[in-house]
Amino acid sequence: MMLKTFHGGVHPNDMKAPTAGKPIVELDPSKEMVYPMTQHIGAPATPIVNVGDYVFAGQKIAEAGGFVSACIHSAVSGTVKAIEKRMHPNGLMVNSIVIEDDEQDKVCPDLKGCGDYTKLTPKEIIDVIKEAGIVGLGGATFPTHVKLSPPPEANIDYVIINGAECEPYLTSDYRSMLEIPEQIIGGLKIVMHIFGLKEGYIGIEDNKELAIETMIAVASKVKDVSIHVVPLKTKYPQGGEKQLINAITGRKVGPGQLPWQVGAIVCNVDTSRAIYQAVTRGLPVMTRIVTTGGDCVKNPGNYKVRIGTTLSSVYEQTGGFVKEPAKVIMGGPMMGMALPNLDVPAIKGTSGLLAFGEEAAHGFEENACLRCGKCVYACPMRLLPNKLDEAARIDDFKALEKLNIVDCIECGSCAYSCPSKRRQVQQIKVAKDKLRAAQQRSK
Amino acid sequence: MDNLLVVSHSPHISGKNTVRRTMLDVIIALIPAFIAGVLVFGYRAAVVTVTCVLSCVIFEWLWNKIMKKPTTVGDLSAIVTGMLLAFNVPVTLPLWMVVIGAFFAIVIVKQFFGGIGHNFMNPALAARAFLLASWALAMTTWVAPHTAVPLWNTADVVTSATPLAAYAGTEGTVQQLPSYLDLFLGNVGGCIGETSALAILIGGIYLLARKVIKLRVPLTYLATVALGTWIFAGHDGLFTGDALYQILAGGVMLGAFFMATDYTTTPYTPVGQIIFGIGCGVITVLIRVWGGYPEGCSYSILLMNIVTPLIDRVTAPKRYGASKRRKEAKA
Ligand code: SF4
Ligand code: SF4
Repeated sequence: MMLKTFHGGVHPNDMKAPTAGKPIVELDPSKEMVYPMTQHIGAPATPIVNVGDYVFAGQKIAEAGGFVSACIHSAVSGTVKAIEKRMHPNGLMVNSIVIEDDEQDKVCPDLKGCGDYTKLTPKEIIDVIKEAGIVGLGGATFPTHVKLSPPPEANIDYVIINGAECEPYLTSDYRSMLEIPEQIIGGLKIVMHIFGLKEGYIGIEDNKELAIETMIAVASKVKDVSIHVVPLKTKYPQGGEKQLINAITGRKVGPGQLPWQVGAIVCNVDTSRAIYQAVTRGLPVMTRIVTTGGDCVKNPGNYKVRIGTTLSSVYEQTGGFVKEPAKVIMGGPMMGMALPNLDVPAIKGTSGLLAFGEEAAHGFEENACLRCGKCVYACPMRLLPNKLDEAARIDDFKALEKLNIVDCIECGSCAYSCPSKRRQVQQIKVAKDKLRAAQQRSK
Repeated sequence: MDNLLVVSHSPHISGKNTVRRTMLDVIIALIPAFIAGVLVFGYRAAVVTVTCVLSCVIFEWLWNKIMKKPTTVGDLSAIVTGMLLAFNVPVTLPLWMVVIGAFFAIVIVKQFFGGIGHNFMNPALAARAFLLASWALAMTTWVAPHTAVPLWNTADVVTSATPLAAYAGTEGTVQQLPSYLDLFLGNVGGCIGETSALAILIGGIYLLARKVIKLRVPLTYLATVALGTWIFAGHDGLFTGDALYQILAGGVMLGAFFMATDYTTTPYTPVGQIIFGIGCGVITVLIRVWGGYPEGCSYSILLMNIVTPLIDRVTAPKRYGASKRRKEAKA
């Protein structure tokens, strides 16, 4: 069978075996829970509690700071200890609400589902999603209510759940698809309802056979609407939004376009789960399934972690390390973020925690570009990473713009495939920041 | 925990592919041709090859030392250049010329332009062209297979024509053309590493299997040479040329698999590679048929090396989604 896929990409060793068979285990919160006000793309949230206040689990503690923003909820009951700058996983000091867990788990009494959501208007459902603080939980953390509110001229005909999970090591979406397939499909049905669609899609890479089978079994029982489970070729970055849309619909999201402009809306597996829980049970985003892995961890596995839990606590509860980690990555190894230390909290986008030892932590030495073209073949966006790399090193912004640097999705396929171990993505990211700064200055 | 962790940009993993591994693959792929060269031309083929490789490595090392740069000998590219240059000279070439060729390849062609990745011409081929221009006689002194060649004084060996020269009839005397089998196995006169199509094919298949090279260039190059020589290289008018003979004889096999696929000096875009292969083929045919010179492979590749940046520029991949841009909204 010709599996659906996209052009370009790479085939890293998927490293999923150690955790694919590990069922999701729920962890306790840490004594001190930290909630940075930026856990999403867009404006920071604004605290609506004061130091000393008592909060329930599930209570909103920060309001969205604008339309493109998301509110934040406490995942424990306890007292607000401080509202101060704390270190964010990205290494910056960010305004955060610190809550001391009273270990009572008193749930906010206001939380309740909305019953039969098919009686609600799309606007009402999107409001529920917004109030639940849902963002793209796959790691992109773009506020979901914004994604689900395309302009009126949009004509959405594809709603797609992203079950590709193409990043190596990560199996949290895979485990969710095995353990709570009904919730994921439930979330998809809600999104389909918002757009009045009778068909929905779930794209899953073919290395997750069991997940494909499970989802097909559950999807076949769905009445009224039809859910298509689409097996995809295992290739990185199959889960990139543009790549996934291309594989499933054959459409291409062009330069500067957003998915709705080609009639598609994509949600991650865990986002779908969150939508389902918010609409049917009134639950805000309080947890995230996290895969822990890497050569340093004692018990790699899948853990249900409450948002706000410090990572040191996650590691304490899961058996810690077999050797001292030199680098810990939040997310996957291709696009994840290297953490400054383990005192930072799990946030909404924490899909994985990978701890690597000394050898793996330090990158390889860079060599001169051979002009081999491997990066050119690998780039799913059909860019010239070698040229971008070259131009970025000499701050040639004109050339960078000509080379369409804005199209780069920072997937890392170029650097992965480079025999000279050039750090194209690093150069591109830094250059993008400089370009943005220059544009802001000229405004 | 307050110990600092390493913070770096993604991606945090990298493929197994390295420059060294790539060069090692090329070296492995060249070994069958080396063995064939020694079997056909005797021990002096090994002496020339080893001299050339050692000179290349030493010049590379010396250059790094003198320029106070970290040594790049470890990337093994100098060994590849050395082997390719040796494979492109006759077995009778005096050893001091071999050393000068190595100097030209490594220092003038490669390092003057910034070292690995920056040279715009194939070092081995440029050095071969340089040697040919400087010592034309020594570079065209061909011996028949299995001729005993003395180590030092090689000037008065009994010469014979290469298969291509025999075909073109440029040597004056009427010669017996070698059989296809001899051509395929390499049992003919010529440069050390170019005679055995079989050995080169084994190496080429290895490179393809290891994904070091793509089939695009060898295929388009050889196909163009075959087609062009079939049409134009015949002695009895158009469409009488012996295409098989033309691609088995001479340097096109070695060139197509090992030199026209060099990363640095050939295009990296897929379309560019096809243009490059066809371009090499056309130039080779032009030289062979009308150029009065039976070979033509190395010049064709060198000429195409020069236009490589241009080819890359005009064949850059199209921006993702830009061509088939859908209407903003269908409604
Ligand atoms: S240039 Fe950007 S989009 Fe292309 S492979 Fe590299 S990171 Fe991915
Ligand atoms: S993969 Fe690396 S060496 Fe090859 S062209 Fe790209 S940047 Fe250059």
